[in-house]
Amino acid sequence: MRRYLIRRILQAAAVLWAAYTVSFLVLDLLPGDPVSAMAGAAQDQASFDPAQFARLKHEYGFDKPIPVQYADYLGRAVRGDFGDSVATGRPVTTVLTEALPPTLQLTAAALLLAVLAGGGLAVLATWTSARWLRQALLSLPPLGVSVPTFWVGLMLVELLSFRVHLFPAFGDDGPRGLVLPALTMAVMPGALIAQVLAKSLLGTLEEPYVQTARAKGAGRTRVHLRHALRNAALPALTILGVLTGMVLANSVVIETVFSRNGLGRVTAGAVGVQDIPVVQGVVMFAAVAVVTVNLAVDLLYPLLDPRIVMAGRTA
Amino acid sequence: MRPTPHRLPGRPAAATALAAAALLASACGSDSSASGSGTPVQGGTLTFAVGSDLGCIDPQQAGSNDTIYSLRQIVDSLTDQDPASGKIVPWLAQSWTISADAREFTFKLRPGVTFSDGSPLNAQAVKDNFDAIPKLGVRAVLGAGYLTGYAGTTVVDDLTAKVRFKQPNAQFLQATSTFSLAIESSASTKKTPEQKCSQGVSGSGPFTISSYTAGQSTALARRSGYNWGSSLWKKKGEAYLAKAVFKVVPEAGVRTGSLQSGQVDAIGAVGLADESALKGAGVRLQSRANPGVVFGISLNNSRPVFKDEKVRQALQTSIDRAQIASTIFPTGTKQATSVLAHTTPYYTDLGSALAYDKAKTAAALDAAGWKAGSDGIRQKDGTRLSFELGWFANAATNQPTLELIQQQLKAVGVEAKLKQYQIAQLTQVQQGGQFDALWGNITRADPDILRTSYSTKLANLYRIPVTDLDGLLDKQAATVDTAERAKLVTQAQQEIVQHAYVLPVVELQTELGVGKKVHDLAFEASSRIQLHDTWIG
Repeated sequence: MRRYLIRRILQAAAVLWAAYTVSFLVLDLLPGDPVSAMAGAAQDQASFDPAQFARLKHEYGFDKPIPVQYADYLGRAVRGDFGDSVATGRPVTTVLTEALPPTLQLTAAALLLAVLAGGGLAVLATWTSARWLRQALLSLPPLGVSVPTFWVGLMLVELLSFRVHLFPAFGDDGPRGLVLPALTMAVMPGALIAQVLAKSLLGTLEEPYVQTARAKGAGRTRVHLRHALRNAALPALTILGVLTGMVLANSVVIETVFSRNGLGRVTAGAVGVQDIPVVQGVVMFAAVAVVTVNLAVDLLYPLLDPRIVMAGRTA
Repeated sequence: MRPTPHRLPGRPAAATALAAAALLASACGSDSSASGSGTPVQGGTLTFAVGSDLGCIDPQQAGSNDTIYSLRQIVDSLTDQDPASGKIVPWLAQSWTISADAREFTFKLRPGVTFSDGSPLNAQAVKDNFDAIPKLGVRAVLGAGYLTGYAGTTVVDDLTAKVRFKQPNAQFLQATSTFSLAIESSASTKKTPEQKCSQGVSGSGPFTISSYTAGQSTALARRSGYNWGSSLWKKKGEAYLAKAVFKVVPEAGVRTGSLQSGQVDAIGAVGLADESALKGAGVRLQSRANPGVVFGISLNNSRPVFKDEKVRQALQTSIDRAQIASTIFPTGTKQATSVLAHTTPYYTDLGSALAYDKAKTAAALDAAGWKAGSDGIRQKDGTRLSFELGWFANAATNQPTLELIQQQLKAVGVEAKLKQYQIAQLTQVQQGGQFDALWGNITRADPDILRTSYSTKLANLYRIPVTDLDGLLDKQAATVDTAERAKLVTQAQQEIVQHAYVLPVVELQTELGVGKKVHDLAFEASSRIQLHDTWIG
């Protein structure tokens, strides 16, 4: 178990390093740098002062060779220091810790909704004996996966905020403001959970042990929920790591549509002005989140399924 | 992009003049913030939705309209500019004198003014501001540009400040009316640019920032005891509104819907597509053309193809400006009738020189030796009449406009290849000169913007040849007499348009959507808003 943990943590570190390096290279390939972005935004280039420009570039270290910049950044990042935002001068860690709570609220609410609605749909679709209902229910997840998130958001705002004044269209004050964005965000992960769980439930229901349970006289609902669901839940749990990455990425769109504060908005803004330190901070946070969730899921497996033994795993 | 039927040939000038007159009339109508019926009510909160926030709450470092709307309210300027006449009038300065060579500006300050941190406005505070602004860095290029050649400020007495320049600088008086040279408290000027951005500053304006969440909202609260408003404002003393909240709503459709459903009272940056829905909901659309250099194609005059003045002049009549203004921009947007927008002081109507005339373009290009080639593009000595037209994604109208221009140019046998740049590349592209032509505009309510843009003695970004235009531009910068300066600026506009260093296309119009219960939301001279006289009821 201990050796397994150590190996997983080393793997996680490698993933983080790769994420950091790739994002650094991508940002470096973009034309210009944050100081040029700032100068460009002013537009009135006639009163541009090259000396001042050069001084500022030097201050932020953008005049150094790329490998040196990379080593500098990485060295500090390892110590948890992501530097200051070029656009606002505030420490990146402060920017992130301020943006985190609203995004956590949103993603937690959305994932909860997704598990309840997606799981509920899968259970109901596999439990019902009405053919038409099963088919109707099972056709929903592919639809949910394929509609674009921003479209869902705009439709919800149009219907439930602009036409029927049920919820506010923007802002993050209070639980009422959380309803529409959480609903929007829940659609895609909910649909994925429903797809995976329904498929795995249908498979499990064919297993011999389910037949045994039935033969022993267990009721239909009891077999479904007590016996089959527990086993069928494993694949759905596995995609939780993927879903975490997905909802974090979706927060960029959803927080923009609903004018909410959070990591997504910080990301969109920072990319727009090429605020490299902030973008790097966000990338690292997202990578840590996905890696941690995946690790937690892996550690949960043996608790759910005693047949899985950690030490014996080779992957 | 479907081309609309073209105007009847033969009467373009008359039609243009008529259209211009109609547009002018409608623009004037919407200028006077309307619906002043009823008695103003004290108190209330105005909620205003803007599209973006750049994370900096220092007015001197602000550059985008969305930020200026809120930050303009927390600071006062030495002077104010009448949006109707362009005249400079007293605000924090009661009076001023300008030396005959336009190098020394002496301001007599109004007594009894305090900043929100309690410190008084005095000549030392003015000096501290002007000393500090040039050092603010790349974000404060506007203010730094206005102070080019700044030699220092002398504190003559507690309420008299004399600002000195190394060279004549007539535009400085107008510059003192802008938010970029707004006066902040001495303590605020001592902070670093980053501190000013994140912690904010103390101004003497009719509002103060009561709370700010980056990327989310800026809340303003009325400053009690405020009693030193601009001489242009109708109300004396404090503002009507108790609070004003600027919400950042990035999605245009959500801004529009929020105003329609009454969740906000006013919105900025209304586009053509949103107009009908807003009008249907009884929303007032308020618009004003931004002063300064209009949207246009700035040519790189050192490129072989554009070195030939005949080619540049031919292109001047190849663009159907009216079609662009009416199909892409908000209703009421004026096509360019000079290199300056009609709201700029000393603007001259050169509409006849910029009238659309395909036949004239074709004849001129033929005469210059550019004959139609097999692919429909004109050629001369084996060179195709083709150029790269660069643009930046800083306005939603840029791409559709340029695609339409591309079609219009193709119709006269000229190929424009569109090339999009990132904002971060703007400096590099312009300063480096590696471009054929660039699309853009600059907002500035003083004609000196012509000198900074087109004088060959300065950056000369568009590689214009040395001509007597330089003399005109220098002279207007050194002329204090308004009638004399108007004459010089008129000549400069004529020179620039006639020699076609730039192809002016369309004016930038700022359009706001304002809910029914909002009254007297007024544009100031640079087409940003002033909230002191605004009331809700």
